[in-house]
Amino acid sequence: MSTAIDNETPTMMRSSGERRLPWYHLVFTGLVGAAIAAVLLLALDAFSIASMLILGFILHLVMGYLYSLVREGRRWAMDRLMMLIVIGAFALAMFPLVSLLWEVISRGGARVIAASPTPFAFWTNDMSGIIGGADAGGVLHATIGTLLITLWASVISIPIGLFTAIFLVEYADQGWRRVLGKGVTFLVDVMTGIPSIVAGLFGLSLFLAFLPDGQQGVRMGIMGSVALSLLMIPTVVRSSEEMLRLVSMDLREAAYALGVPKWLTIVRVVLRTAVAGLATGITLAIARVIGETAPLLLTVGMVTSINWSMFDGRMATLPTYINQQYRNGSANCMNDTVTNPVNQEVYACSVTTNIDRAWAAALTLIIIVMVLNIIARLVSHYFSPKISR
Amino acid sequence: MAAPLPITVEDLNIYYGDFLAVEDVNVQIMPRSVTALIGPSGCGKSTFLRTLNRMHEVIPGAYAKGRVQIDGENIYDPRVDPVNVRRRVGMVFQKANPFPTMSIRDNVLAGVKLNSRRLAKKDADELLESSLRGANLWEEVKDRLDKPGLGLSGGQQQRLCIARTIAVKPEVVLMDEPCSALDPISTLAIEDLIHEMKQDYTIVIVTHNMQQASRVSDRTGFFNIAGTGKPGHLIEIDDTEKMFTNPAHKQTEDYISGRFG
Amino acid sequence: MSTTDVTPEAAEAPTGSMKRSGRRFGDSVFSNLSIGSGLLIFLTLAAVAIFLTLEAWPAIRASQEFEGTAEFSLIEYTAPYVFGTVLAAVIALIMAIPISMLIALFISHYAPRKMAQGLGYMIDLLAAVPSVVYGLWGGIWLVPRLEPLYMFLNSTFGTWPRWPGFLPWVGGEPVVALFAGDPTAPMRNLASASVVLAVMVLPIITAIAREVFLQTPRLTEEAALALGATKWEVIKTVVLPFGRSGVVAASMLGLGRALGETMAVLMILAPGATFSWHILEVGRHQSIAANIASRQAEASGVDMSLLIFTGLVLFVLTFIINAIARAIVARSGPKS
Repeated sequence: MSTAIDNETPTMMRSSGERRLPWYHLVFTGLVGAAIAAVLLLALDAFSIASMLILGFILHLVMGYLYSLVREGRRWAMDRLMMLIVIGAFALAMFPLVSLLWEVISRGGARVIAASPTPFAFWTNDMSGIIGGADAGGVLHATIGTLLITLWASVISIPIGLFTAIFLVEYADQGWRRVLGKGVTFLVDVMTGIPSIVAGLFGLSLFLAFLPDGQQGVRMGIMGSVALSLLMIPTVVRSSEEMLRLVSMDLREAAYALGVPKWLTIVRVVLRTAVAGLATGITLAIARVIGETAPLLLTVGMVTSINWSMFDGRMATLPTYINQQYRNGSANCMNDTVTNPVNQEVYACSVTTNIDRAWAAALTLIIIVMVLNIIARLVSHYFSPKISR
Repeated sequence: MAAPLPITVEDLNIYYGDFLAVEDVNVQIMPRSVTALIGPSGCGKSTFLRTLNRMHEVIPGAYAKGRVQIDGENIYDPRVDPVNVRRRVGMVFQKANPFPTMSIRDNVLAGVKLNSRRLAKKDADELLESSLRGANLWEEVKDRLDKPGLGLSGGQQQRLCIARTIAVKPEVVLMDEPCSALDPISTLAIEDLIHEMKQDYTIVIVTHNMQQASRVSDRTGFFNIAGTGKPGHLIEIDDTEKMFTNPAHKQTEDYISGRFG
Repeated sequence: MSTTDVTPEAAEAPTGSMKRSGRRFGDSVFSNLSIGSGLLIFLTLAAVAIFLTLEAWPAIRASQEFEGTAEFSLIEYTAPYVFGTVLAAVIALIMAIPISMLIALFISHYAPRKMAQGLGYMIDLLAAVPSVVYGLWGGIWLVPRLEPLYMFLNSTFGTWPRWPGFLPWVGGEPVVALFAGDPTAPMRNLASASVVLAVMVLPIITAIAREVFLQTPRLTEEAALALGATKWEVIKTVVLPFGRSGVVAASMLGLGRALGETMAVLMILAPGATFSWHILEVGRHQSIAANIASRQAEASGVDMSLLIFTGLVLFVLTFIINAIARAIVARSGPKS
């Protein structure tokens, strides 16, 4: 915003529309605003950091505007005001992100590190025999469940999504295939908008329709994977299609002119050139579905120990685990200790154990999601073809 | 090997969907010689070129009707596989388009590798060297064969594309304005190369540059168009010298002498 | 090099015939796989419609609307949840849209070029957080902290200002009836759910609005700046009009997302099935998605069908909203 000219020719400031006050005037009005807010709040005995920031920002808007109005004129003052508001909006949006991450990391981190019986046991234990307020238990079973179900969802979605994208980009060019392509594009859009709970209902009703009447209570991992696929396929199609379209037609023609058949051109030239973008898009699609909760509530249920089978019995997953622990709320502590009926171990009793576990599981889930996101960024950064054009 | 037969084009009509782009071409293209195609923009000369190895139909909705005999075989016979045609009739494009994911070496051998044909290391090296020598590029790149093809200069990239094309051992090489994006020095290098290549290949080159046509070609064909939305026609084709000194048609004379609209 | 489709004569002797020796195996497999995947998308959506309808059928069949006499009515059951769903989503949007616009402007026009991408990632991070974590954060951390704000709104706007008594229908009512009623802690009310929904749709709307604002023709902007306009004047006269339809479409997509969101509502809202406008009151509202999630574990038979029926209603609702958004994008697309 500021330039050297501002400082050298202060007398020009009001005469020319190009001249602006240097940026530190804004900091100055901001600090004054915060100070007045603090004094006011202290006088009213209602001081808190949050209220000082909010009131201070509002005061800053008013004072910054008036100050600029006097020094720079109405148009520039309006410009100033909008800049302040825009920055304020961004700060406001950062507030939940920072607060959420802080809560998850501090509360969840404390629990993970201080997990009983040993540090980090939270990541190596499951919930078998953990009852009442027992200050123990972990998410190993839920983490395995999440990874298995997401893996299977990926196994279903990636080939379908990738081939659909290939169809849209490489084959849907004329005649009936063009019509089919338009239809597919439309339906992929529809799929993008399917609410996750509806995807869960679909996974459920698809299997229930084929199960005998007596087994309507059956839940299993594969039902969850199918439900998640419904959410994952459109994301994969969209991102892959975009990446394949970025591959220049020149390269395809170059391959055709060398007598390379179409399918080898697609595999060896188009997919090879777009591989980084494809991997990034797919990783982000996985990161998106790995945190889905609603479909899994309906389709896979909850158990307390590891279930490796996708086709037999319920499974625990991290998102549903968080939800369940949160629902349990505060625990009852009649005695100081709780005994595990399975292995007779004795744990301390903690009223907040369920909520603590929910935060720790949330931290685990966020770590997985963030690792996937970082992988995606690294892949797109390091493996994209070095095209100088 | 016996001297190859000329390429014979009969009653060729070229379409983009419903639009007739080039009408009724009948021509013979002499083997082991350079034929240049000239004409104003949009007259269909590039379109015609692309029908000679069935690259035209890569564009959605595009097709051609008629006969193109190469070595006595009609490439528009329904039993003919366009992929096989393109292995015999190579093509060099206006903009150099080396494969961005491949090294110089892999780019030259792309036609072999992309088709999953296995080649002994010795044969591959021989093919690599002979193709790069054939494209006058060997001396410039022999020390950096594993560097990316995109690291070369524009003119080198275009010669890399020529090397890639002749590595497939075609009989015919089609060139679609191969020098239009290059500086004069690189253009000269490619023109020299074309001169040498006609010992072994039948070359058809589309160019906007009439000096270039007169420098490199043995025969020149002139395409013209009556107006926008009308199909292009091959007005005449003859020895280059005659075309540039004493053309049979007034249109050709107008175009060559710069009196064209 | 597992597959080789090279016909022997073409590979060995380039001067051989160009006739094909049968359809290229690789090509036909590959194109069939691609077309098959496309068809599978059709099948999948057809399956969604068919199986949901199939499973919802017993409820439709047994309902008052169909039978005439049965004790439960589909409409009476579903309507309050539709109301709750739409109300929560709309209030979330009212909060999210202006802030998203401002953030998008900040990233596209105010932030220094080098920082813009990083700031964009920060907003995208908001979209990466799983909804269940939002629910946890909202339910435990946010709800108690919103209490003072709610009490303030309730005491200030819950009773005052009122419409003058002589006005029909609204005479004597508070002007903003939304904040009326009797809020009680913990504030597991619709307003809290909407705040969290707003945070969740914010990155979606911001991302699209940012793209649209960045597409404003540079030259027009620079021309306006060269004429001496301030940055805000440029935005007001060039950027915002240019991006209007894109912003509307982005908001509709955000609405679709907010309508279908389950966990934030499930974990924050204390449910109730009324048509109350009092968003601060607890136990008055519930959304379709959260209702399904909270009841599915105990539901079976006709109850399950009923839930699936409400799921169908939600599907249709979001479909309509998304279709409108797409229509707007399609109409404004070719211009840009």
